[in-house]
Amino acid sequence: MSMSRLEEKAKKAKDKEAALGTDIDIDSYEAESEEMGEIEALEMLPEDVQTAALSAGVSLTGESAGDYFQVDQSAVHRGSSVEGIEVMDIGTALREHSYLADYYWKLVPIDTDKYTADVGMHPPAGYFIRAKPGTVSTFPLKTCLFMGGKNKRQRVHNVVIAEEGSRLHIITGCTTPSHAGRGLHLGVSEVYVKKNAHVTFTMVHNWGEEVEVRPRGASRVEAGGSISENYITLTPVKSLQAFPTATLAGEGAVASFNTIMYARRGNIDIGNQTILEAPRTSAESIARVVSTGGEIINRGRMVGKVPDVRAHVECVGLILTEKGRIYSIPELDGWCGGLDMSHEAAVGKISQVELEYLMARGLSTDEATSVIVRGFLDVEIKGLPPALKEEIQKITKLEEIHGGS
Amino acid sequence: MLKIEDLWVSIGDKQVLKGVNMSVGEGETHALFGPNGCGKTTLLSTIAGIPRYQVNEGTIWFKGVDITRMPMHERARLGIGIAFQHPPTIRGLKVSDMIKLCNPQADAGKILKDLDFVEFADREVNRGFSGGEVKRSEMVQLLAQEPDFVMLDEPDSGVDLENIKVIGRAINVLTQKDQKPSARKKSGVIITHFGHILDYMSADKAHVMIEGTIVCSGSPREILEQIKVNGYEGCVGCLCPV
Repeated sequence: MSMSRLEEKAKKAKDKEAALGTDIDIDSYEAESEEMGEIEALEMLPEDVQTAALSAGVSLTGESAGDYFQVDQSAVHRGSSVEGIEVMDIGTALREHSYLADYYWKLVPIDTDKYTADVGMHPPAGYFIRAKPGTVSTFPLKTCLFMGGKNKRQRVHNVVIAEEGSRLHIITGCTTPSHAGRGLHLGVSEVYVKKNAHVTFTMVHNWGEEVEVRPRGASRVEAGGSISENYITLTPVKSLQAFPTATLAGEGAVASFNTIMYARRGNIDIGNQTILEAPRTSAESIARVVSTGGEIINRGRMVGKVPDVRAHVECVGLILTEKGRIYSIPELDGWCGGLDMSHEAAVGKISQVELEYLMARGLSTDEATSVIVRGFLDVEIKGLPPALKEEIQKITKLEEIHGGS
Repeated sequence: MLKIEDLWVSIGDKQVLKGVNMSVGEGETHALFGPNGCGKTTLLSTIAGIPRYQVNEGTIWFKGVDITRMPMHERARLGIGIAFQHPPTIRGLKVSDMIKLCNPQADAGKILKDLDFVEFADREVNRGFSGGEVKRSEMVQLLAQEPDFVMLDEPDSGVDLENIKVIGRAINVLTQKDQKPSARKKSGVIITHFGHILDYMSADKAHVMIEGTIVCSGSPREILEQIKVNGYEGCVGCLCPV
């Protein structure tokens, strides 16, 4: 589809409300951002930006396969340190790679809702990452989407292509400085996993209390490939709604979603769906959510289109305070015989017996609660490189995460 | 070390303990016998301070302090330790981290080795553990905690002979039975149904509890023999000094 046709479709959808989540008045956020120049090295970023990145799981030191750093609408740094892996800003990539038209807006329709339309109607910003066939990166690719200005609207469109037999680990930290005011982040991510390729895609949202967030993501996995998508939000956000889709299109493809949410306030409507449309595909979606006052809607959906597929959804939530809401919605949609789909859902409080057990060892109620909550959120995410695993563990062990506060 | 005076305890509407008197001196380990449902676990749980066990009357003294209304974790910090019979699984908490929570200074490596539990260091506490593994996990935690007064609720139930030996050894360490009597400062109470564990550890005194009161106290061996011959009925109206 030509760019003008895309724009036309986007324009038609510019007032289309999203199917899920609270409605946002997009125009109350500034459409334009100041252009920022490129920097030579990530170490040159201001300290508050570096700190914000770190709290979103993106350490600027340590080994990496490459990086991409975006401040508001400007790509200030990008590069790859592994041969066979390309990291570009999406605008440049669209100009240089004509083939990208076959991928751009192909998994997430541009007219999905007014948020995708808004991204589509403005000059593109975001990352393009491609691993050439057989390229294996052991270290994570570190990307950061930083929203610096107040009252800004950040638009991002990422495309990831893992060619046949390649292996990619991407972490994206979405963040603002600690003093940030209101803002709107719109992010589209399209991830293509070709035959026998393996991708881990980890997104840490670390926004301010006045930020609204509407990511729109989709991935497509071919035969023998796998994707592991991990979404982590532990700090308050005004509202966040996301429901990424993975399509398992080739035989034996595997998808696994891990969602970790902790809401003290605000409104979070998060979930994911996997469409299993090839034989012997399997999917797992595990969500651990905690509310200490916030509202969390936790969705996990599996759609089995052909026989001989397996899928499991686990939505487990803890409400630690009198107020707070967790609405767990596991959905299983089977379209034929011979498939195997199951779910486990629970919403509750911390077990008194577990609390007493730890208190008998000398921990106060608060300390025991904190240990239980951290353990609950410490989901074993398979396939992540150790450095990334460590970063995620650090985040889930933040001091501020403890019950009752 | 521990003195219990006329202790009445209820769970909900049910009166379980009906005037228990008991005293455990420094360096002493006592065994507690009694039929199912007589209140043995209730007594230990009340001493530990588990909130659903409500003290209606009476006083619990520990090291000269009235701990009857003291919160659970403060009792633990004062030196009371308990091994649970059916402990819960703590998701996401590794055994090695639990040891650190019990006591940051504990020599985790040695404790795990002594209890033949090294391979469980990275496992989640109690998750998928067998009966014997649960008991060893409890002992590991207590050895780290180093309480002055340790309470063990059926450490020998559902445990094979090999495990009983290991657990008995750990109890002797916890109650300092591996040291000469004059050097012993630590005390304990152990609930056992069949007394198997007493072949591997030593108890100085035993009590029989029936329907919420202690009806008989004396030598562990003698009392156990009596129970084997006459059953618990024989303890009712027994002339042993309480």
